[in-house]
Amino acid sequence: MEWETVIGLEVHVQLATASKLFSGTSTEFGAQPNTQANIYDLAMPGTLPVLNAEALRMAVKFGLAIDAEIGKTSVFDRKNYFYPDLPKGYQTSQLDFPTVGKGQLVIDMEDGSQRTIGVTRAHMEEDAGKSLHEDFHGKTGIDLNRAGTPLLEIVSEPDLRNAREAVAYLKKLHSIILYLGISDGDMSQGSMRCDANVSVRPKGTTELGNRTEIKNINSFRFVEKAINIEVQRQIDIIEDGGKIVQETRLYDADKNETRSMRSKEVANDYRYFPEPDLLPIVIDDAYIESVRTTLPELPDIKKQRFQDEYALSEYDAMILSSDLSTADYFEEVAKACGDAKLSANWVMGDLQASLNKDEISISESPISSDALAGLIKRIKDNTISSKIAKTVFEAMLAGEGDADSIIESKGLKQVTDAGAIEKMVDEVIANNPAQVQQFKEGKEQVIGFFVGQIMKASQGKANPAQVNQLLKEKLSS
Amino acid sequence: MSIELGDVENIAHLARLDLTEKEKEEAASSMSNILNLIDQMQSVNTDDVAPLAHAFDTAQRLREDKVTETDQRDELQKIAPEAEDGLFLVPKVIE
Repeated sequence: MEWETVIGLEVHVQLATASKLFSGTSTEFGAQPNTQANIYDLAMPGTLPVLNAEALRMAVKFGLAIDAEIGKTSVFDRKNYFYPDLPKGYQTSQLDFPTVGKGQLVIDMEDGSQRTIGVTRAHMEEDAGKSLHEDFHGKTGIDLNRAGTPLLEIVSEPDLRNAREAVAYLKKLHSIILYLGISDGDMSQGSMRCDANVSVRPKGTTELGNRTEIKNINSFRFVEKAINIEVQRQIDIIEDGGKIVQETRLYDADKNETRSMRSKEVANDYRYFPEPDLLPIVIDDAYIESVRTTLPELPDIKKQRFQDEYALSEYDAMILSSDLSTADYFEEVAKACGDAKLSANWVMGDLQASLNKDEISISESPISSDALAGLIKRIKDNTISSKIAKTVFEAMLAGEGDADSIIESKGLKQVTDAGAIEKMVDEVIANNPAQVQQFKEGKEQVIGFFVGQIMKASQGKANPAQVNQLLKEKLSS
Repeated sequence: MSIELGDVENIAHLARLDLTEKEKEEAASSMSNILNLIDQMQSVNTDDVAPLAHAFDTAQRLREDKVTETDQRDELQKIAPEAEDGLFLVPKVIE
């Protein structure tokens, strides 16, 4: 039987505020345990929450970016459960009246196609602390620095049909969040966390199968692997005549498997009710419009502009626009050197490869956008060939200076002197009569051999276009 | 509508309350009365009434996003049952 996969994602994004959602405690990452946990965060009796205005503004900004309905009256609720890293015994969240309602996200697939995925809602809530289960002579250690950090939980519709779409959705969300500057989106530090609701059903049917919720998938790669392995597990069970139990499962990246955490029906009875310590959050059109004016140019619009303004292909425009720092870097290079296509090739090619190799982001690139533009200018004005440019690029990476000084000091200037090139061409032809014969017998690919010999003789400095032209003239004569 | 003893036990467990048999019976009776009252209220037509999220008819005030709190870990851990290496210690949590 053919199966269809149905996936919905719940993504928690840590909002980049200076202080917590309901208290004036710092949210900075990496502090000593419990040094950023005040009496409210510790749930001392008599303390009361006061909502962080910036967290609200960021939530609204996100809502506007995904074209969502903004809740003019939103309400916080208590989600009740007991766990030691949640001192109050409830998480303050939003249930029936979230700040962000229905919206949508356009995802880009690798083949260039696009799909619109529904976003059900996005609500504000507070994060919990951390439990350390290591050795405290049989006890658990609790660090409440993270307790109360503002989160935006973004819930998708069950519109995703395979693991690749789920990754594309997550990447688009990540891109938008960084464009908006509402989170650092760092999955390795937990600033963006993803839970996936996964079910399968016979292809062509519309009724949803029983779903499982996979937790603890904290990289783009693991999202794809975890979903694929869970889909296969479910299909195997059903084909063996079994039934899927609705439950929460944990993804184990080392073993590449999901395993049961707890049965959802029994454990999850959160008894939500409106938070009596907080009044409804009321915002008006003027507020929403003032937030709208702070929206940056978003990835899809930038992608279109890159195609229109720089005549880039759709694929190039998509790659360059998906990350804000990359997009900015590319535009700086393109403007400074005046050749968008070459700029795109260098940024996406050699530069990105070297950054990936050293695992650094483009904002930390050892070659500035100005410096890269300087290199591209020398390719454009024929001072160096594209091949020599790679040598110069390597030297720039190694911190040996700018393109001009490296070309000068290493003597890499391209030979465009027709006389000098002609001399080399003549020599190579004279020294290789066998290959000349082959060429004359119609084996035209042998021209590559001659080009290679000449480039070798010139140490790569001969202008390849001139070499090619001269070779063809002389060999055909 | 009536609340059975089993319902009371389930809710008490979720709230981590340890009730005696007598308390359970009292709770079942009180909670049934509350639900009866709600049943009575359900008969009122509320089609044009917006749901009320809070008894006060006013909106939440907001706080500027500023760090105003200082580290008081040492004082706060003095009143904790147990703490070590800056961590609060609790009975082992088994997931």
